[in-house]
Amino acid sequence: MTTITRLAKYRLFWPVAILVVLLLSNLIFTPSFFKIEVRDGHLYGSLIDILRFGAPLILVALGMTLVIATGGIDLSVGSVVAICGALACWRISEQGDQNSVGGVLVAVVMALGLALLLGLWNGFLVAGIGIQPIIATLILMVAGRGLAQLITDGQIITINSSPYKEIGAGYLLTFPVPVLIAIVVIVVSVLLTRRTALGMLVESVGGNAEASRLAGIRSRRIKLMAYVFAALCAGIAGLMISSNVSSADGNNAGLWYELDAILAVVIGGTLLTGGRFSIGGTVIGALIIQTLTTTIYTIGVPPETTLLVKALVVTIVCLVQSPSFREKVFKGRRQRPPTPTAPTSDAPTKVEVPA
Amino acid sequence: MTTLSQVRSRISWPNQKYLPVLATLSLLALMYGVGAANYEAFGDAQVVLNVFIDNGFLLVVAVGMTFVILTGGIDLSVGSVVALTTMLSASLLQDRGWPAFVVLPLVLLVGSALGFGMGCIIHYFDIQPFIVTLAGMFLARGLCYTIGTSSIPIDDPFWVSMAQSRIRFGDYFVSPSVVIALVVVLIAAFVLAYTRLGRNTYAIGGNPRSALLMGLPVARTKIAVYTISGFCSALGGVLLSFYMLSGYGLHAVGMELDAIAAVVIGGTLLTGGSGYVLGTLLGVMVLGVIQTLITFDGRLSSWWTKIVIGALLFVFILLQRVITARKR
Amino acid sequence: MTGISKEFPGVKALSDVDFRLLPGEVHALMGENGAGKSTLIKVLTGVYDIDQGQTTLDGTDVRFSGPLQAQQAGISTVYQEVNLCPNLSVAENIFIGREPRRFGMIHWSQMEKRADALLERLQLDIDVSAPLSTYSLAVQQMVAIARAIDISAKVLILDEPTSSLDASEVEQLFRVMRQLKEEGVAILFVTHFLDQVFSISDRITVLRNGRLVGEYVTRELTLIDLVGKMIGKELEVLEQLEEQPKPALAALERGQPLIEAQDLGRKGAVSPFSLTIHKGEVVGLAGLLGSGRTEVARLIYGADKADNGQLLVDGKPVAMRGPRSAMGHDIAFCSENRRTEGLIEELTVRENIILAMQAVRGWTRPIPRRRQDELVDKYIKALDIRPANPEAVVRNLSGGNQQKVLLARWLITEPQLLILDEPTRGIDIGAKAEIQRLVAALSDGGMAVLFVSAELEEVLRLSHKIAVLRDRHLIAELANDDEVDADRIMETIASGARA
Repeated sequence: MTTITRLAKYRLFWPVAILVVLLLSNLIFTPSFFKIEVRDGHLYGSLIDILRFGAPLILVALGMTLVIATGGIDLSVGSVVAICGALACWRISEQGDQNSVGGVLVAVVMALGLALLLGLWNGFLVAGIGIQPIIATLILMVAGRGLAQLITDGQIITINSSPYKEIGAGYLLTFPVPVLIAIVVIVVSVLLTRRTALGMLVESVGGNAEASRLAGIRSRRIKLMAYVFAALCAGIAGLMISSNVSSADGNNAGLWYELDAILAVVIGGTLLTGGRFSIGGTVIGALIIQTLTTTIYTIGVPPETTLLVKALVVTIVCLVQSPSFREKVFKGRRQRPPTPTAPTSDAPTKVEVPA
Repeated sequence: MTTLSQVRSRISWPNQKYLPVLATLSLLALMYGVGAANYEAFGDAQVVLNVFIDNGFLLVVAVGMTFVILTGGIDLSVGSVVALTTMLSASLLQDRGWPAFVVLPLVLLVGSALGFGMGCIIHYFDIQPFIVTLAGMFLARGLCYTIGTSSIPIDDPFWVSMAQSRIRFGDYFVSPSVVIALVVVLIAAFVLAYTRLGRNTYAIGGNPRSALLMGLPVARTKIAVYTISGFCSALGGVLLSFYMLSGYGLHAVGMELDAIAAVVIGGTLLTGGSGYVLGTLLGVMVLGVIQTLITFDGRLSSWWTKIVIGALLFVFILLQRVITARKR
Repeated sequence: MTGISKEFPGVKALSDVDFRLLPGEVHALMGENGAGKSTLIKVLTGVYDIDQGQTTLDGTDVRFSGPLQAQQAGISTVYQEVNLCPNLSVAENIFIGREPRRFGMIHWSQMEKRADALLERLQLDIDVSAPLSTYSLAVQQMVAIARAIDISAKVLILDEPTSSLDASEVEQLFRVMRQLKEEGVAILFVTHFLDQVFSISDRITVLRNGRLVGEYVTRELTLIDLVGKMIGKELEVLEQLEEQPKPALAALERGQPLIEAQDLGRKGAVSPFSLTIHKGEVVGLAGLLGSGRTEVARLIYGADKADNGQLLVDGKPVAMRGPRSAMGHDIAFCSENRRTEGLIEELTVRENIILAMQAVRGWTRPIPRRRQDELVDKYIKALDIRPANPEAVVRNLSGGNQQKVLLARWLITEPQLLILDEPTRGIDIGAKAEIQRLVAALSDGGMAVLFVSAELEEVLRLSHKIAVLRDRHLIAELANDDEVDADRIMETIASGARA
């Protein structure tokens, strides 16, 4: 076995390899791509930008990972992003002093509280009533956009609040705040899933729901938690996005985030059918998507072609994951195991079989 | 004549499968009644016709979606294919100066081909429909943007005439698109009720394993429904470009959701196997009447449409759940 | 069919089996689980390829590449679970794919007329335009048969068609079968209900472990012979498990009962039964496939909700709300379907072993990793799980080792009652002996075990008490003393009247 093939056995090999290739290919177009400098006590550079703009996607994808691991899917995260951003901005815009830290905190807590409720709603539909996840979350996906616009009254709420701005565009100890938040959430989710038994139980429920039930796992509760977690992550991402642009747009904020998030999860090696999940893979998957976007911007291709590339990536990743694809494509090449010879057939006497 | 009596005999099944459709019908009647009671102008039949004029393209798209959902699948790419069709038509007509009679079949073919491709991947590689059509959605939108990122107005004479001509009867009128859409509905209803393809569609939705064991052409049927959906999306795109007289990559964003909502509200089970195109017609009308009501009201803003649709989706999905649970 | 062999990776499903079916006869195919009945049917109908051997139909060699081809040649199959579309009408279900058409349109009225005529032949008078789902399972089964004979009326294969029918429905089905027989149709009938075999079949072919035991004329065979031929006697390696002196049943029964099932039952699964299990007692459940063995086990564990009777633990009635309640009362359950109801195949050995214990603790209190490793190591050693690697993915383990992992999962929860449903099925003989030894050891240690197995020898060797099931009734409870042997149990099964 060569080193490469041995490496390829690790779960994260392919995602990491794609990310590295993408980053390196940027070097061809922008030699200064890897340059990171400190300006005004802030870190600057393309890599930092990728992290900064990728942070919301990382968050949403993290939540999506757990939901997918339970064998579900959450289509409503994009709407939740919009709703939470809208609620926070609306609350701040209603304040006399938009710069009051206390007021901003209240707004943030309100928004995340709402995210929690939305997650509970999704979880209730899926785990409580037993509606297929894709359909259950479709409801909030449709109605959520309306809710977001209801909050913003159909306008784009623009705010001017420096404490709120910190969430999406601030810097702390030279690091961009969204990146720090993302890191905190990643660490929290790793601790939550791998330091408690939650991760294993999630994988168990997603891997085999009936066996999990017979082993005494309360799968409804686990599923509910996954949807709540996904909504919370989307809520934080919503705060970040709206803070970064200091405004809330009920219509377009978080548009197609659900798709990017699903894509990130799939690229990260978590199967859409549920079971084993990889938080690290998802983070890398999200970074790949963000790098892709950035790359397309920097090399001057019309940014809209990102969609084409994404379509290609989804298709390839899904095909590779599909057992029947592998079977059909690689069947010819794989060495077949020696055909078993039939046992003890001492010249079977041929008897007429009238039927 | 036999045809008619058969239709009637089939409709007279004392069957709870019709419950959702009846629910939709009463909902529609109720909404119309409320509208007519509150706003004098609402009672005008032209209001109803306007619902069709404004939603003809959605109707066609939703008909395609009905086929897919009847097999238990889903097609998220329809909105993007609609946009791609408008964009492709506009660019070929305007930038290339191709004649309408070449462009029209070509864009329909492109839509059908996309659907065909997705159907093949879904069937042969056994990948969930939603993720394949998701990729299709990205692909079609992406293709739009490679054609151009801004809106292209269309001034082709055929397109303009389709947009502006009105078919009048008495004081009322509809656009040619409405006629096309209704013809599509009729053809679809016929196909579903009276052809093997249609019945196989129901069979696959009812129990795909049985369908296979009964020797039905599952592969062909599955691929066919996605092709039909692709074709309907393309036709919907053509109608939308008649309506808008432009091609734009941001047309029909979120239309897949409206189409799914219309199908579900029209009583088709999302798990497949049960539902009618006529129900989808009612579903589209429900969506249209909601819009009209909200416009008439004036106090409510447009986003209430989405909230109400979401609420209706919830109610109807719950209704489906109750019905299927009771059957077991 | 001559010298048919079929091999799957690791399993020889059929070896050198001969089988013949004559026109105008009802031929029963009998055998326990894993005997190869369904494989034979699938080979016959072209679902599987034949590895070796010959199929002859009407004197000519045939080889089917799929069920469709078999159908065209005149062989139709009706399966246990009705393979029709419940959402379509009865008439459509009969004709779909071959609908009568006029001008390219489906001719509904003619289709319904023909369906009516066809069902009339089966003496079934129903509204053929109503959806199939509005009818009972028995009617659906008839519709499936109608479809089958309309397609091709040479050979009709009925794969356990009666398992969900009640007595009168079975009678209706038999009437139809007799009529078809008169018309010259060859019917292959697979069932596990012995009464039915004797009341309808002309000849019986028995398979065991993928081999042909023999073909018999039903009239010349007694019930007990049949049971004996089906179960066989496995005298091989298991003899190494030397007969351990069992504590006398009487001594065990003196203590307070651990678990008492009182008239526990569930419609469609098993009729109400009563069963008492004491501490340290091994209770065996004997009976043929489909006799309700598994159903009894599942009801006691609460995997299925009982709709009748109650369960007492330590003399107190308990409310069973699913597996969690059972686990709360220290009851553990190893399902017969390791892969679908037992293990989480993509998780590791360690994770699978601690799963149940962790489920009880809840997600917030993870078992410390060191404790996990200790526990898992201990049981890997104790049960000799191979590879002895706690991080191996369970999917890659052999059947026997998978079974041990499942056992370990429950053993670490230290249950008072361990329910084992077919723990030795599909695993090699060595692992089998180990598991049997383990059960004996556990019971010596005071654990009660409810042991379900298709192999009588095994049940006899391990149990203190044997509950005998037949046709979903618990018909007898035998103390396993010197007088009880396999023959005695077979006799009980054969003679047991339906309660």
